[in-house]
Amino acid sequence: MKKPSRRKLLAGFAGAGGAYLAASRGTFPPACRGIFGASDALTFAAHRALLSHQPLAREFGREMITKNFPVNGTRNPEDASYQKLLAGRFTDWRLPVDGLVSNPGELPLSLLKSLPSRTQITQHSCEEGWSAIGEWTGVQLSRVLERVGAIPQARYVVFRTVDGWWDSLDMSDAMHPQTLLAYGMNGGDLPVAHGAPLRLRVERQLGYKNLKFVSRITVTDRVDNIEDGTGSGAFSAGFPWYAGI
Amino acid sequence: MELRPETESARESRHKRPVRITHWVNAMSFLALTVSGVGILLAHPRFYWGETGYFDTPAAFELPIKPVLEELWVRAWGRNVHFMAAWIAVGNGLAYAGWGFYTGHFRTRFLPGREQLEWKSISALIGKHLRLKNPSEASGYNILQKFAYSCVVFGLLPLLILSGLTMSPGVTAAFPQLFTLFGGRQSARTIHFILANVLLLFVVIHVFMTFLAGFRGNVMPMITGGPRGQTGVKR
Repeated sequence: MKKPSRRKLLAGFAGAGGAYLAASRGTFPPACRGIFGASDALTFAAHRALLSHQPLAREFGREMITKNFPVNGTRNPEDASYQKLLAGRFTDWRLPVDGLVSNPGELPLSLLKSLPSRTQITQHSCEEGWSAIGEWTGVQLSRVLERVGAIPQARYVVFRTVDGWWDSLDMSDAMHPQTLLAYGMNGGDLPVAHGAPLRLRVERQLGYKNLKFVSRITVTDRVDNIEDGTGSGAFSAGFPWYAGI
Repeated sequence: MELRPETESARESRHKRPVRITHWVNAMSFLALTVSGVGILLAHPRFYWGETGYFDTPAAFELPIKPVLEELWVRAWGRNVHFMAAWIAVGNGLAYAGWGFYTGHFRTRFLPGREQLEWKSISALIGKHLRLKNPSEASGYNILQKFAYSCVVFGLLPLLILSGLTMSPGVTAAFPQLFTLFGGRQSARTIHFILANVLLLFVVIHVFMTFLAGFRGNVMPMITGGPRGQTGVKR
């Protein structure tokens, strides 16, 4: 093999890589730590490039719905105030929304239900290896963000849950049409075991990003100052913030 | 740039440097992918056909092991190593394939010669294999090697990568055709597992054959290059 051509080829690769990195500034996942940070960053950058036109995840017909949709994690939060709200069928339940929004406040469940809804039958893929298909009804997160007036500097939406989980999405996933705050499942109310009264659906990421029992939403431009700064409660257990694999 | 004598082809190494480098990078990433793949698999050692599957649905087949669910670190480590090694394997594989097509490596080393296609020589070669005799030829790969390497490089490895990507909810949103190709998400996972086992079987036979053909005479050239033509020297 001729030497000059190989050198040119390598220089070309290095140049293209550098140009790409320069162009993709800001598309790094929040926690790029440890020896796996490089491959996480590569995966995230590749997915953001592949999904830049915001394609939808597959949707199915009703005949494909899994009869016993598996329950993972908390089945019924022990939290006393949650139990009180549950006893009152969540009529007094409210969703606090704060951070980089022009109208922070608490959104009643009835208000979320009065906004235009979306129903989608999608596949839930767990990192454990199993998968199931369910029908979800809810309000698009983008509509809620629009309503509370998320400001352009916003880069992440942080979610907290009744059972102590937390996680975040970047705006690309937050604004995706299939990203829902779901209050209905398979034609009925969202069951407690699946996160009543409100859970997150992020169809282009694995199951663990789809938090149940959502209790608060914060819009922010940075996540390095929240909790352990990794952007996700799953990170310390070894699971990457971006779970589109 | 140094000028090379015209006799270069006579002293050209048996395995060119790009082949040697990509071979060992591939070998190491496959080792990492296998070990980490088992780590991931332990959480749910059941396999299904179609789109969905869980512990309460019938499995196509399952491994006789207890699912490792509580020890989160096993699959967290497994997943992190798996996806890192997959990037290395894919980058390495693309470099190898690009080089192989560009330089005509596949054409000159993988395509069978006319005399290799004669039934007499094929049956003699199969006979050698069955009697566990050294099947090496004077130069280059024998036709069974050519067939096996072509299947692995152009069939097995691309299908392993694609079936792996079919488990990605992000990639499949961009390329839903992958689901059609493999017949659903769980089918892709099952096929990924089966293909990984086929590749493991290939590696076992591949290593066994290097012993049969003379371990030193076959492994050293893959590390140092080795003199051309010195194939399968028994020691």
